[in-house]
Amino acid sequence: MSGHDHEHQAVPSDLALRVKALESLLVQKGLVDPAALDALIDTYEHKIGPRNGARVVARAWVDPAYRQRLLTDATSALAELGYLGAQGENMVVLENTPQVHNLVVCTLCSCYPWPVLGLPPVWYKSAPYRSRAVIDPRGVLREFGLELPEDVEVRVWDSTAELRYLILPERPAGTEKLSEDELAALVTRDAMVGVARVGASEVTA
Amino acid sequence: MNGVHDMGGMHGMGPVEYESDEPVFHAGWEARVYALVRATGALGKWNIDAGRHSRELIPAAEYLRMSYYEKWFAGLLDLLLKSGLATRAEIAQSQPAPGSHKAVPPLTVEKARTPIGVAGSKREKGAAARFHVGQQVRARNINSTGHTRLPRYARGKVGVIDRDHGVHVFPDTNAHFLGEKPQHVYSVRFPARELWGEQASPRDSVHIDLWDDYLESA
Repeated sequence: MSGHDHEHQAVPSDLALRVKALESLLVQKGLVDPAALDALIDTYEHKIGPRNGARVVARAWVDPAYRQRLLTDATSALAELGYLGAQGENMVVLENTPQVHNLVVCTLCSCYPWPVLGLPPVWYKSAPYRSRAVIDPRGVLREFGLELPEDVEVRVWDSTAELRYLILPERPAGTEKLSEDELAALVTRDAMVGVARVGASEVTA
Repeated sequence: MNGVHDMGGMHGMGPVEYESDEPVFHAGWEARVYALVRATGALGKWNIDAGRHSRELIPAAEYLRMSYYEKWFAGLLDLLLKSGLATRAEIAQSQPAPGSHKAVPPLTVEKARTPIGVAGSKREKGAAARFHVGQQVRARNINSTGHTRLPRYARGKVGVIDRDHGVHVFPDTNAHFLGEKPQHVYSVRFPARELWGEQASPRDSVHIDLWDDYLESA
């Protein structure tokens, strides 16, 4: 895995202009309101993102009754915290344990639980991840720096329908004294997709 | 359709490329495309399944070359044309045709900021469930030339119903405006070795969400 620059930015130079021209047409035809477009963008750039999911995970770690509701009826449990909306209408939360590791993919497109994680990163939508997560999950996880022992069971969830999956990662050891907010700060997007664990090394308190 | 979008199990796509501290959008036009797709989708002229199918119809070589939001832009143009919301001439000139009327109220700022009120795919009623949790099933070998959410790598394979997710809209008909045909969706657990043979771990599995019509008893 590498962090080098993205080639996906090398788009045809006229694309930005074509998008602008289309928006202009649709505004003139009364089909879209540019202020509504701004509001949508602002929502997903600043309000809806993986910090939502992190708050859910932290709550589940400190509140066993909430954890239970989350695992049995995720959509209602997430609604308690206000995390509803597009691409989160039918939610399932899966718990990672020392014995079972769950991993989420959408092999057919880019399905992802927007209300709790925001819009998906490029790698999640990319051909390498979509093609390999189902046939070689352990190899993919290794590239993310997660080597799973043979005796851990890997369950891959292919989001082929309108169910959206959120992983409840294991709470790291040594975090007993942390507050809910401090715990939420430890939880990463990658851990909630299932390509990482919440590492004890990240615990600073 | 057996398109290149149906990628599960393919080789040759390269390593997963990871970007640290990735922004939500990499360019202003990506954000505008995302918002345009959402705002025009709210006009109700098409549905989410037709939206997905519009991107599957991108020719395979183009599909692999394009960035994510380029595909969304191509799909949006296709939807606008097919729905009649815009013509080729209007798009080429970025000007409404003389006399074209404004038929629908656009998505408002207020609605854009309200996440609630999205219909989703779940329905109260539909076809009775033909399968139950714990039952062994086989994914049918269907090679639809239209939209389907039955991935190729599952076809002909045997799994066990793990969960019943209730009744949902059937994408194979809905994408083509042939009705919602609501029916049960199940999470079907396929052992990794059933899908990929001996090279897979005997412990691992893939769970795939499949509609009743995709399955037969095994």
